[in-house]
Amino acid sequence: MTTTSSDAAAAASAASGDILRAEHISKKYGAVTALTDVNLHLGRGEVLGLLGDNGAGKSTLLKILCGFQPPTTGKLFLEGQEVEFKGVDDARARGIDAVYQDLALVNQLTVYHNMFLNRERTNGVLLNNRVMKRLAREHLDEMGIRIPSVNVEVAKLSGGQRQAIAVARSVFSNPKILLLDEPLAAMGVKEGAIILDLVRQLKEQGQVSIIIIAHNYGQVLEVCDRVNLVQHGEITFDKRSADTSVTELTDIVVAEYRKALEERHRLDQQPPSTTNGR
Amino acid sequence: MSKVSEAVENRTDSPSQPPGATPPRSNPLRAAGLAFLRQREATVLVVAIALIIYFAVSSSNFYGSANLTTWLSQDSAYIMIIAVGEVLLLICGEIDLSVGFIFTFSPFLMHYLIDFYGFPAILAIIISLIMGLAVGWVNAFLTVSVGLPSFITTLGTGFVLLGLVNTTSHAEAVPIPASVTGIGHWIGSGTWSEFIWAVILVILGHILLTRTKWGLHTISAGGNLLGAQEAGIKVNRIKYGNFMLTGLLGAFVGLQVAFQTNTIDPTAGGYQPMFYAVTAAVIGGTAMLGGVGTILGAALGAIVLGTLTDGFSILGVSANPLDIIFGGAILVAMIANVQLARLREAGRSV
Repeated sequence: MTTTSSDAAAAASAASGDILRAEHISKKYGAVTALTDVNLHLGRGEVLGLLGDNGAGKSTLLKILCGFQPPTTGKLFLEGQEVEFKGVDDARARGIDAVYQDLALVNQLTVYHNMFLNRERTNGVLLNNRVMKRLAREHLDEMGIRIPSVNVEVAKLSGGQRQAIAVARSVFSNPKILLLDEPLAAMGVKEGAIILDLVRQLKEQGQVSIIIIAHNYGQVLEVCDRVNLVQHGEITFDKRSADTSVTELTDIVVAEYRKALEERHRLDQQPPSTTNGR
Repeated sequence: MSKVSEAVENRTDSPSQPPGATPPRSNPLRAAGLAFLRQREATVLVVAIALIIYFAVSSSNFYGSANLTTWLSQDSAYIMIIAVGEVLLLICGEIDLSVGFIFTFSPFLMHYLIDFYGFPAILAIIISLIMGLAVGWVNAFLTVSVGLPSFITTLGTGFVLLGLVNTTSHAEAVPIPASVTGIGHWIGSGTWSEFIWAVILVILGHILLTRTKWGLHTISAGGNLLGAQEAGIKVNRIKYGNFMLTGLLGAFVGLQVAFQTNTIDPTAGGYQPMFYAVTAAVIGGTAMLGGVGTILGAALGAIVLGTLTDGFSILGVSANPLDIIFGGAILVAMIANVQLARLREAGRSV
């Protein structure tokens, strides 16, 4: 039950040719170290679950992989070539798209404007709303996402619909790599099923490689080919889903939780607060 | 899959009725009325029409051709033009308090360049307009790149400009240089030139806000700053652009008013046109907190303020009590806006 990586899984993935690789990634924000030394790889057509406690560094890692922010140190390789993203536009142009934890939807804009945010269709300088509306509607229908109208403001949709819109937007440009940050957060079981179904569909089509971040790993384990566990800014665990279980992952996190509690007890005699482990 | 989707869909298929609202009836007139009221510009349009009717009934001088130009071209147009810039800034989450001092400074700069340095008229006008852009750039730099709140930044730059005007002009008014009277006719001294410019700029501003990427990205920057950045929108560029546009419009209005009054006056401009423009924006339906706003609404708001100024002076109300009426008008318009916003939120099933 120690946090070792599965060499077999890593070797197999490397042999098939990784689409994305991160080597020795670190990220510091001033005095705060969010990531210490991350090594990660994603195979073609693979669905990788990135699990870990809140604050372990999962979202920071995702924001580096999608070009939102550069790493402090370390290298990224896309299809074997070293890359440095100049921004999310650059990463998107190279086939990487992301759904952020906060969804990056603008409440005041309509569904179709949100779906085309920063990739608007235009006629010269003017927006081509007619085309955007039609394409958004077709795309949502195709994905089986139902909303009252693409003309409504996003603020008027339910949490699940908003999440579905954000995911639908990210696959709009046919990305090679899709990064999903907590796609099931703030969703009920039924709504979460929509997203998991979407991921399954994409996986079956085999066009896209996916990284899913989650801290509720029970839900995502079944759609992932492989899981990595992020702890204290490092990846401490790498196994195929078939070779691990919810129980094993729970045990690791519970062990970490116990260790944190003991640490607190040792440092001060205050009763343990719940802020340390969720 | 489809079952699940339907479950989600049903959540918004039965939105809650507003408290106390009657169930929707198939009355087309009522439906049209509600649809109208749901437009953000509705309140201010109603207020504008009511005021115009009130003053037209109160005094036949109001709609006389002599007063029409005073009312629309002199009392409303400058507010309309500055409001175009302020609306864009308010929507993207910023404000410019310095624009009125750009207004004050730009004709002085033109005067210095022509009368002291021998610049040709056109070049002096262009440089004065560029000064507006430059002050807007400084406002954006201090706000976006240095990180000051725009309220503080523009308060500071406004004072600097005011001091600059008073120091260089010795706080004295000067006449318009002779060489600019020809072009001045097109910019501001022609009977309708101010109002025509205002209408053109409002229409262009409305198109910019509602029909271009720039407008969408302005709304995004104010509506969800982090989300806009995550979508790859260069929000800093948007804010720089809107500050610079506001500065340019301020400089332009300053020249217009100088040409129209035939004087370059250090007391022209200042806080008054800026506050009027922000007021026009707010009573026209623009949110102070960003993300929401309309330029057409602000233009109507400007006409409301211009109508109040002009109408009461025609009725012989002096300038002093006028501010009481202004304050009241702002509060009444805002209360109406809040109530209508509630109606908009609740009445989406109709």
